[in-house]
Order: sequence, then C-alpha cells, then structure tokens
Amino acid sequence: MVTPLDHKLLRDLWRMKGQAAAIGMVIAVGVMMLVMMTGLVTSLDETKRAYYERYRLADVFASVSRAPDSLLGRLAGIAGVASVEGRVQGGALIDLPDSALPVQAQAVSLPDRRDPRLNAVYLTDGRMIDNDKSDEILLLQAFADANSLRPGDSLTATMNGARRKFHIVGLAQSPEFLYTTAPGELLPDDARFGVIWMSNSALAAAYDMQGAFNEALLSLAHGASEPAVLDAVDRLLDSYGGTGAYPLSEQTSNRFVSEETNGLRAAATGVPPIFLAVAAFLLYIVISRMVQSERSQIGLMKAFGYTNAEVGAHYFKLVLAIAIGGALLGCLMGIAGGRAMIQVYTAYFKFPFLVFQLEPSSFVIGVGVSILSASAGGLFVLRQVFTLTPASAMRPPAPPDFSRTGRIGRSLNRILDQPSRMVLRRITRQPGRMAGSVIGIAAGMALSVAMLTLFEGFNRTIDLTFNVVDRSDVTVSFTHAAPDTTIYELKRLPGVLLVEPVRIVPAVLHSGLYSYRGAINGLTQAPRLNRAIDQGLAPIPLPKEGVTLASALADILHVRAGDTLTVEVRQGRQPVLKLPVAGIATSLLGSPAYMNLTALNRALREPNRVSGAYLSIDSNQSEAIYQTLQDMPSVAGVSLKADARNAFRTVMNQGAGAIRYVMGAVAFIITFGIVYNAARIAYAERERDLASLRVIGFTKGEAAFVLLGELGIVTLIAIPLGSMLGYYISFGVAAGFSTDLYQIPAVFHPSSYGTAAVVVIGAAVASGWLVKRDIDRADLISALKTRD
Amino acid sequence: MAEMAFTTKGLTKVYGTGRSAVHALRGVDLEIPKGEIVVLLGPSGSGKSTLLNIIGGLDRSTDGVAAFQEQNLTDMSDRELTKYRRQYVGFVFQFYNLMPSLTAHENVELVTEIADDPMDPDEALAMVGLKERVDHFPAQMSGGEQQRVAIARAVAKNPTVLFCDEPTGALDSKTGKSVLNVLRDVNQTLGATVLIVTHAASQAQMADRVIHFADGNIRQVVKNEHKLTPEEIEW
Repeated sequence: MVTPLDHKLLRDLWRMKGQAAAIGMVIAVGVMMLVMMTGLVTSLDETKRAYYERYRLADVFASVSRAPDSLLGRLAGIAGVASVEGRVQGGALIDLPDSALPVQAQAVSLPDRRDPRLNAVYLTDGRMIDNDKSDEILLLQAFADANSLRPGDSLTATMNGARRKFHIVGLAQSPEFLYTTAPGELLPDDARFGVIWMSNSALAAAYDMQGAFNEALLSLAHGASEPAVLDAVDRLLDSYGGTGAYPLSEQTSNRFVSEETNGLRAAATGVPPIFLAVAAFLLYIVISRMVQSERSQIGLMKAFGYTNAEVGAHYFKLVLAIAIGGALLGCLMGIAGGRAMIQVYTAYFKFPFLVFQLEPSSFVIGVGVSILSASAGGLFVLRQVFTLTPASAMRPPAPPDFSRTGRIGRSLNRILDQPSRMVLRRITRQPGRMAGSVIGIAAGMALSVAMLTLFEGFNRTIDLTFNVVDRSDVTVSFTHAAPDTTIYELKRLPGVLLVEPVRIVPAVLHSGLYSYRGAINGLTQAPRLNRAIDQGLAPIPLPKEGVTLASALADILHVRAGDTLTVEVRQGRQPVLKLPVAGIATSLLGSPAYMNLTALNRALREPNRVSGAYLSIDSNQSEAIYQTLQDMPSVAGVSLKADARNAFRTVMNQGAGAIRYVMGAVAFIITFGIVYNAARIAYAERERDLASLRVIGFTKGEAAFVLLGELGIVTLIAIPLGSMLGYYISFGVAAGFSTDLYQIPAVFHPSSYGTAAVVVIGAAVASGWLVKRDIDRADLISALKTRD
Repeated sequence: MAEMAFTTKGLTKVYGTGRSAVHALRGVDLEIPKGEIVVLLGPSGSGKSTLLNIIGGLDRSTDGVAAFQEQNLTDMSDRELTKYRRQYVGFVFQFYNLMPSLTAHENVELVTEIADDPMDPDEALAMVGLKERVDHFPAQMSGGEQQRVAIARAVAKNPTVLFCDEPTGALDSKTGKSVLNVLRDVNQTLGATVLIVTHAASQAQMADRVIHFADGNIRQVVKNEHKLTPEEIEW
C-alpha cells in the first residue's frame, strides 16, 4: 500500500526534480566510469586470452641460426613442454609502388599440408596458400589494409638478397602480430611493417633452410616451470646459434598489448575512484543541506505523531531514490559506454572477435559507494533534526542568527550597500556551508585541471620525444653490423646535413631478480641527433664506462646510478657483460639503455661497427635521398620521424590513452554538476528572502545579485583551491595513464589551469543563468505565505 | 469628491482552468479614497488577499481593471510593476519577511537605498519605538519587534500606500495593539493610505472604511463614523 508519506516522497522528488537530476547525474557519471573502465579491462583481457587460446599462441619462442628438424623431437622431450613447432622466418623488404621507401617485413613459414601446431593464423579474406605454388603468400591484414592491397594483387619483395614477385591469395590475422614494429623501432605502424606467410618449403628454399628451422615455438603443459623450460631450450639450441629462448611475456606484440591493457587497468583502478570520491562528497553536501531545508516539515510530522524512525525512514528513502536512481543510470551508461569504447579498442587491438564481459563487482561497488555516501549525508543531518521538538514547527521559524557575524569594518560599511552585506555575511557567518560549496566546486575544478594536465602531458611526451630526444629526420638501419665507413657514404649524399652512427644490440639486462629484454643503444660520446637527456632536458654525455638507463628502465630493474648490471648480449658472440649504471636519463617513450658506441664495440670486441644511423636532411632533397638509400644494399630499412610521430599519436589516441577523452568529458560534467548544485542549494535556502526583496521593490537583477554574488565569491575562492588540489591529483592521473611503453608527465602548464578556471566560471555563469530564470519566475505571493 | 487611491472595475481573478478553476475574485468594483485606513474583512478564501496582491502589484488579474491614482495597474509590465512597488508601496506581512543577515537598521536601509525620497532609517525606527535596537539582528528580537522593523522598513520610503496582510496574525494582543498604533501613526503623520487585511473583525473599529468580503466579491462597504484607537479595541 502506498502510504501518504510515500505520496509525499514522490511529490517531493518531482518538486526537486531539477536538483535530483543534477545529483543523480554526478553519481551516474562516477559509477559509469567505474563500470565502463573495469568492463573494458575485463573484456580486453578475456578477448585476448580467448584469441591466444583459439589460435594456439606459443608460450616460448626461441631463435637459432639454423637447426635441423630432427632437433624438434628433442625439444618436445623437455619436461613441461606440451607441443613444439619449428618454422623458418626471415627479414624481407617489400617494394610498394606508392612509396619511395622500401617497407620492412617479416616472412614466416606455415607447415606444408597441415595446420600449424602453434601460432595458427586466422584467414580473414581470400584462401589459404597452395603448397605446390611457391609464389603464393598470405599477407597481414592490417598491412594490406594500410597499403590498399587485396587478394589477387601481387607484390615484389626481396628475401635473402633475391628479388621475387609474389601473389597474394589471402589476408590473415594472428595473435602473434597484433602489433607489428620494424626491428629497432618502438612503435607499431601498420603501414610500415608487413608480415608475409608462405609455405614452409618455399620459404626454406629462399633462406637455405631445407630440413631445418630457425625459430622454435613451444607450448607449456599445465604447471610446467617456465624458467626450467627456457634453460633446457637454451642448452639444447646453444650449439645451433640460439640467441636465447624467451617467454610469451617478452614477445614484442604481446608485450605491447599487455602494456596497453595494463595502462588501461591502471587508469581503471586509479582514476574512477577519484571521480567517485568527488561525486560522493558532493552527494554528502547536497543531501545534508537538502534535509536541513526540510527541517520544519520534519517537526510537523513529529507533531502529528510520526516517530523519529518513521520520519528518518521517509527521508532515507528520498536519499536512496536519488542515489540508487543515479547509480543504476550510471551502470546503464557504463554498459553503453563500455560497449562503444570496446569497439574502438577491438579495432585498435585488431582482435578478430570480441568477448564483451562486465565486471559484476563494479556494479556492487558503484551502487554501494553511492548509497553509503548519500546515507552518510542524510544520517548526519537527520541526527540533528531528531533533536528538534515538534513545537518548534508550530511557531514561526526563528531567523538564522547573524548576530555573531564579525561586524564589518566601518570603512567597509560605508562602501558596501545592503545586498553586498547580505552576501558577505552569509559567507562569513555560515563558514561550514560555504566551505562545503567551495570544496565541492574546487574538487570539480581539480578533476578538470587533472584531466587537462593529462592532455598536456600527452602532448609533452610527443614534443619531448620528437623534438628534444630525437632530433633526426630519418633513421636508417643496416642489414648487419656494418663498418663505420658506411657512415661516410651517407655523409657524402647530397642533401644529408648530419649523420650520426648508432649501434643497437639486442640484450637482456639483469639486476638481481629483475630483468628486461631490450637493447643497448650505442651512441657517440656527445650525440646531437638522438640523445639521452636529463631532467633539465640537457644532453647527458655518454661516458667511456657503463650504461645510461632511461628512468623507466631503471625503475623496472630497481637500480640507481652506481649499481652494476649484468647484460647478456643476444648477438654475435653473445658475451655477458658486467656494466655499471653511469646515469639515469629522462625518457618518455620506451625504456632505452644508452652506451658509448666505442665502449660498446670494445665490449663486443667488434670495433668500428654500426647498425644504423640517424640523419638530418634537407627536406627539399628528401625524395632523392630516399631513392639512394633504397638502392644501397647495406640498408635494411629507413624510417621517417614524421611516420614515427604519427604512429605515436595513433597509439596515444586510439590505445589506452583514448579513454582520457571520455574521462575529460566526465570531469566536465561533474564540474558542472557540482557548480549547478551549489547554485540550486543556495537558491533553495534563500528563495523566501529573494521573493521578499522583489516584493519590496528590488528588480529581478538586484534580487539575483544577492544570490549570484554569493555564487560568484564561492566560485572565486574555489578556483585557487581547485588549482592546488588539481596539481596534486594530476600526478596520480598521469601515473595512471603511464605505461611501460610511454610515460606521461604531470606537466604544470598554466593553460590547463586557465582552461579549468574558464570551465568552472562557465559552469557558474550557466548555473547562475538557470537559477536566475527561476528567480525571475518566482511566485512572490507564495514565498510570502510560506514560513520557511 | 475625494481623490481616489485605488479604483477597480469588474476585477476578476481565476486560478486554474476548466473544471478545476477557482474564482478568487468575481468582478469586484471598488473605490478607495486617499489617506484613509481601510480594513478588508472576510473569511479565508473570500478574495481579500487576492485583491490586495493585485492592487499591490504582486499578482495580475484575469479580467477587469485596477488603477492606482489613474494609472492602470493591469496594463503594466513586470518592470513597471516593480517600479510601482519601489516608489509607492510599503508592505507589511504576517511573517515579517526580514533579511536575517541584516540588522534592524540595515533592513530599513535596504529600502531607503533604492527609494526616491526616503526618510532617515533611524527616524523610521524611532517611529516604531525601536530606537534602542537598531543594531540587533532579527534573531535577537521578539516577533512584535520584528514586525515593527518590518513596518519601519515599509514606511521609511515615505510610501503613498501601505499594504498590511494579517500584520498582527502572529502576535499576541498587546504586541498587536502596539503594531496597529504604529500603522495609525503612519496614516496620520505621513498621510499614507493604509490597507489592512485581517480576520479579526474588531480591528475594523479603527478604520475609516470597512470592506466585507465573501465568495470573491464585496458584500458590504461600511463607513465608520466613530473610529476607535487601537488601545480601545478588544480582541
């Protein structure tokens, strides 16, 4: 049965629908963030797991120079190994008609006449290759799409020095190549790196690998010890030129996907709680003031004989209706937002299918936090209200006592008119309420500041990486470690302004329990084009001894300057080096380790060798330079900084970083919601005063001043406070968005604060305008009849 | 013939439409001469407050004409009505409607700051006998004192008309009498026309003219030849 109190509840909700909607919306977006983010992370994890499982992605990868197929049986015999596949793979260069530069590619074999035991491919278009035709290939779909290639097209590629024409019969995807990066590059770029699948017999012929393999793939049995298997594989392959087996967690594509999902997970766990906390705080303030304004009605109900519990339950229901309504809306919005965002991510991560899953705990947490914070706000005030005697409701309300107001100084008194005094007295006399509004608005501003700082941080990362760290125009990589005379050849090319040698050597860095599979970048002693820089952006000269680590890498390895690292080189003689950490460099992209080129070559006992070069060129002659580079037999690949910069932008804007735009929008909604609520509450508390002013002859504008002046002052006080709060929150948000691949700094940028202030002021103006409309429409007569 | 403060012709006010329509005023024709004390009497819902609201510039009629000194109130825009209230009208309400954040003196100043030819706020407060309490906030005053501040606020602008809606409704009889005394003084010293809406029939004894309301119309207008002072009235 619907009781009269329930009727009152429904009517009260309807009466305060504007404000209830504003509060509900703030809760809703807070809950939405939580539900959406956790749902996204769960879905991506689950989709990745299913994709890997369905296409049998290997657990261990091991490269060798050349090993006989008979060795596969011995690999399969290692304890803990479930299945083994051997394959041939090698580097290739693809000629594209539209591109002056050759494109690097990896050619991978597929077994003749059977499905691969591991690392299967997903055919998205066309058909599988016919083993009898050695010129048929499958092409990685992302690469084909980026270069407008279709099944039926042909392409020319150079493999092992021989140039051949191939027919594309199908397009494929593979969990192994979700991300493709050219050797020596950090960022994936669909257009700039291709994958070609060919029959084993054809590829083995091309690379002289008949009856042999140069890469082993292994899957592990349940409960197998990964380190033990890696050890056993290394021992077995050592004499065949093994460069060290590595687990899936270190495989390039998987590492990238994991870093991206980890970035999203960090953002999902770190950022929504901040939003929800702000929403909860706002809810507490709004509810407490709302209940306070119902004071006389509460007294009246008690006078009728309702018990404290009944009255309490009534208001509790009101609070719950708003909180639960908002939270449920937030859940729905979270599901919708998650579904929309997952489309973006599925395309970005190139998953062929999607497992959309929501995290049930996020619903429970979201709804729970909303109810708790709303209840806290309600309970705190109801406790005060319960002490009210019913009789007090029968008398005209005592006006709020302003007698303890610090008397405004005489000089100030002369300047201020009465409406200004009303504004000032309310602020000084009710500091608790004002502080609530100020902190609420400041919290909203802080969110906006943090999000804008984050946007700025992304720009800063790109700017630092491509304008300060890497100042080259072109990066050239050689097919093998070439003599440094090659550098002179490059220097002689017309239009080449500056050439700087680099030697990149794959290596595993160890320190105690921590290790990192990466590379050592050998640079000249004081490089100018690609440099290690310190926190003050000054270049760090590379000493003759030791390695200089990027701060992110130093964190991974838990080392500081002065510590010693073990470096297992995975090239040539594969020496194991003990190197001191000479310094820590600031780097926002990747986790590079720098070393003096001469020192590196000496340690490798391969003097005067380089693996590539950084070039600064005259942009007017770029086409001619590319053409010359393409024709140089020692050049394996050429990459342009402009392409790398675009690739980085893509990663930032479509990967884990994409969510920052959603969060930014949510931050603005919350900011607006807070300011609007502050204005609404202030109006609710002063409705009668304002109507009285209107009756005694104040114009609409003059009456509105009393309210909007208060809102204005509160907003102005909130802005510096919000800036300060935002400064601290921005560190947390930036850390939440930083991944192993790139770091986002919390950059103090005045424009972030200025924009956030404009957002807050804009919200205040819009809220003021909305409330002013109500002041203009206020029913003067009813305001005079009501007692409170 | 005496000059009229207010005249109404066929003044009608209907709240709502269709079946739920409520006729608060049903074509009221009325003349109120300048400088009189007029008491409007009648049961709840008889239309007296509605009339007061319309000629006070707080509400609009549905039909008919209401004029203040030949100016047609029913044609006025919101802005003009605000100006009318600001220049000519003083209001006193049952629940005082003071600004809690301003002292007695400042509450009066609130009005004198925007009026064309106001009196000194201290003088207005002295008229209502609150000379000693000018720096008190509403929360520090009794109901009667608050009502007297409200009267001081209403008269400080030197209003042409003073509207009082149940001015003694929330007061005991002793305090009520002192409030009525102030209203009478205002009428006599400032020459303001005073309209008082009340339930208390006995208060009609201090009026020049008593208008009886029933069912949205005037039932009777009585001219009072033997005015009593508020002290002589019993209620």
